[in-house]
Amino acid sequence: MTSADLNIILPEIVLSIYAIAALLGAVYSGKDRMAGMLVWLTAALFVALAFWIGATGNGSRVAFGGMFHDDAFARFAKVVILLSGAAILVMGQEYMARRNILRFEYPILIALATVGMMMMVSAGDLMALYMGLELQSLALYVVASLRRDSARSTEAGLKYFVLGALSSGLLLYGASLTYGYAGTTLFSGIIASAQDQAPIGLLLGLVFVLCGLAFKVSAVPFHMWTPDVYEGSPTPITAFFATAPKVAAMALFARVMHDAFGGVVGDWQQIVALLALLSMFLGAVAAIGQTDIKRLMAYSSIAHMGFALMGLAAGTAFGVQAMLIYMAIYVTMNIGTFAFILSMERDGQPVTDIASLNMYSRAHPGRAIAMLILLFSLAGVPPLLGFFGKFYVLRAAYEGGLVWLAVAGVIASVIGAFYYLRIVYFMYFGEEGDGLETGKSPVLWGFLMASATLMLVGIINMFGVESIAQAAAATLVN
Amino acid sequence: MESNLLSLVTFIPAIAALILAVCLRGEDEAAQRNAKYVALAATTLTFLVSLFILAEFDPSDTGFQFVEERDWLLGLRYKMGVDGISVLFVMLTTFMMPLTIAASWGVKVRVKEYMIAFLILETLMLGVFMALDLVLFYLFFEAGLIPMFLIIGIWGGKERIYASFKFFLYTFLGSVLMLVALVAMFAEAGTTDIPTLMNHTFASENFSVLGVQIIGGMQTLMFLAFFASFAVKLPMWPVHTWLPDAHVQAPTAGSVVLAAILLKMGGYGFLRFSLPMFPVGSEVMTPLVLWMSAIAIVYTSLVALAQEDMKKLIAYSSVAHMGYVTMGIFAANQQGIDGAIFQMLSHGFISGALFMCVGVIYDRMHTRDIDAYGGLVTRMPAYALIFMLFTMANVGLPGTSGFVGEFLTLVGIFQVNTWVALVATSGVILSAAYALWLYRRVVLGDLIKESLKSITDMSGRERAIFAPLVFMTILLGVYPSLVTDIIGPSVAALIDNYEVALGAAETAAQTAEASY
Repeated sequence: MTSADLNIILPEIVLSIYAIAALLGAVYSGKDRMAGMLVWLTAALFVALAFWIGATGNGSRVAFGGMFHDDAFARFAKVVILLSGAAILVMGQEYMARRNILRFEYPILIALATVGMMMMVSAGDLMALYMGLELQSLALYVVASLRRDSARSTEAGLKYFVLGALSSGLLLYGASLTYGYAGTTLFSGIIASAQDQAPIGLLLGLVFVLCGLAFKVSAVPFHMWTPDVYEGSPTPITAFFATAPKVAAMALFARVMHDAFGGVVGDWQQIVALLALLSMFLGAVAAIGQTDIKRLMAYSSIAHMGFALMGLAAGTAFGVQAMLIYMAIYVTMNIGTFAFILSMERDGQPVTDIASLNMYSRAHPGRAIAMLILLFSLAGVPPLLGFFGKFYVLRAAYEGGLVWLAVAGVIASVIGAFYYLRIVYFMYFGEEGDGLETGKSPVLWGFLMASATLMLVGIINMFGVESIAQAAAATLVN
Repeated sequence: MESNLLSLVTFIPAIAALILAVCLRGEDEAAQRNAKYVALAATTLTFLVSLFILAEFDPSDTGFQFVEERDWLLGLRYKMGVDGISVLFVMLTTFMMPLTIAASWGVKVRVKEYMIAFLILETLMLGVFMALDLVLFYLFFEAGLIPMFLIIGIWGGKERIYASFKFFLYTFLGSVLMLVALVAMFAEAGTTDIPTLMNHTFASENFSVLGVQIIGGMQTLMFLAFFASFAVKLPMWPVHTWLPDAHVQAPTAGSVVLAAILLKMGGYGFLRFSLPMFPVGSEVMTPLVLWMSAIAIVYTSLVALAQEDMKKLIAYSSVAHMGYVTMGIFAANQQGIDGAIFQMLSHGFISGALFMCVGVIYDRMHTRDIDAYGGLVTRMPAYALIFMLFTMANVGLPGTSGFVGEFLTLVGIFQVNTWVALVATSGVILSAAYALWLYRRVVLGDLIKESLKSITDMSGRERAIFAPLVFMTILLGVYPSLVTDIIGPSVAALIDNYEVALGAAETAAQTAEASY
């Protein structure tokens, strides 16, 4: 271990030390009274780290003998993770404070989960991968059941824990098989022993690792936990689940597939393509019958993961680029949408029933139009940014020779459009309802409006994300 | 020097919409009036500026004019331009929009949003006809669904929810297949520049998928993908079923825009993409398209005869008239395509006017049932006269623009396929039957219904709206060269390219065969 190695993981070290220090400080001084301040502090630190990583990093560096990579790909994912994490923290603060669930552990656990995610996207070794993944998951199991006195929230946490443990088990089993046949846990060693033709045991290992990862991105058929956890968790936590961990898991997915198994693209391509296909269709079909907007967003995120996996299934650098762009757009849309969901309430109680949006547009035309833009963007209707995400992955799939997947994808997106339109229907065409308050929070309003504006303005040049994602993908696939 | 005229024309309505959205507050009388005036002013201004396009347009140049180009994402380009085929569609759009806004003067609910939706829709429609980049085209083409969905859903009739969802999902499904083909074209040709793609030859070697031999190969598949989109949009039989629902439920202005402009996007798409880019695919599929058109003309005319609802009747008549358009386009000769474009323009005026005619009495009686009317001529002589004119134009009476379009397409198709021509011509008779019968039931006869006794004739505003339409219908009917002079050279170039491409493909196929 040299100082050069430590230098490379400095952002992670800073965040870990912050989390421990904050924990100690909070325990010995004010406990929950400090929570509000800690949320803002954590968010500020996230933003600072994002700028630090984004602005200073260049080139590809390796630490600890290949166990930790610091390259453009990892940096792209980390910036997205940190910024979305910060946004969610800021958005949820008021919601949680008003409902007395703003505990001081919350920002600290989120910070620890984020360290885990940063570890995941930089992993260069199965051990490092597992460490990052578990750090992230353990922190998230706890926050899922943050509302201890609510049966639903506890249930969500427990479900998440049990299924998450199962997926970790699968992943570990796959990792051990891989280690057995490759003789190493380093990605660089695995890829050397699996060029073109991999031993059958290694392939078995690959499949189990894939299953474990599919759990984390909630791809069908490993999606069952998603709707329940989304519905049961407090809404700010749901918003967090829908954004940063998804990016981290998807980036990890890409890294394992390309860095460790890049020699046998043909073997995993079919599996990923199938996962993508099932996710897109199940996400689209199952969401139709939902009446709870959080459950609906769960299925929506399953469908979106399907599209992102479609880019990955192409097995090319362009596919990875498409996936990264898709995820960046997806996260932006979801932050806006959850800002809206967080603000839905009646008599001070949170409401998640879609029917409560009846004729919402009449009382709040501004918010309604922003939500309209986000919904059409989620559905992938041009000219909004969501369409460009779809366009990138479709092109990647076509160039990767997966025409059937591209055709299936667009058909799934038509089915999916229906349930987004249904929300529009409630907001604009519905019957006069009981009326819904959407709070006065300027923070939520700001995030909603900013996200909707980005969906419209982003089509001009996507703020340069395109070329950054291209550079990121180039470092991963070669 | 690069001119920005096209972008200017395209985005004036959008800017006006933005101004309305940001600056105008309140739902009171004054705010509503202001919204209407802003929208009317913006659309009129757009029309006036677009006159410069027409004035400076050089018909003898068959290339694209007023081209603007800027870099965009992913190697795509923001590129706009018009040629002889598209310039008149641009004019049709800018011409119809002020009339549409004026026809919506009676809207009472959510006037501001209503005007914003129409202004945005105008921008998107203009963009469709001007875009010279595939993805840009797709963007405008698809985006039009959003405002139209809202227009039908918010301001529509009783069954508006069903109609709006059907409209959206039907057309969305059609066009996502086009998106896949578009991605494929981008990947094969490496560009989305429309003029370049027109000169690009896509592979047309036969190959088989799952044991099915596909004649024309890639080109046929791409043709079908585009066809799915345009056929739904146009609409062609048997995928026309969304149209009557959408028309009936949409507010009057929505119906007018739908019939006059949105449907034309399908026909324009065939001319801009299908024929020039996939000549072999087009040739392979021509018989199918021709027979679908012939069936559309006869079948939907018969269906129109049975309608009880005025708007539904006119909607079916629109489908029948669009049958002439596809028939003319796929006759692929000068008369056929000239006729098809002419028919689209003239149908834009006529069907727009007919829907407004329905709107006039609907505003008074709040019903579209044909049975609820009769003998209107005694109380509404001016209305009877105008309705008469457009009924005749719809039938295709010589001297009106309707005649020229139908005649040219029939001449065109006769040279290619006599049987289709024979079947299609019978449609002319059927159209006379349903249109005149409608007129008789609504306007002629004795005024016996109590409720109609106090109906009033058209107001000055209503007459003013119809005046330009009457003028255009008769002008184009007696002097069709106004149109054919502008479109002629571009159409001739299109046909030349089409035939050269077909010849080349045939030679290539023969050489391939000989080398076996």
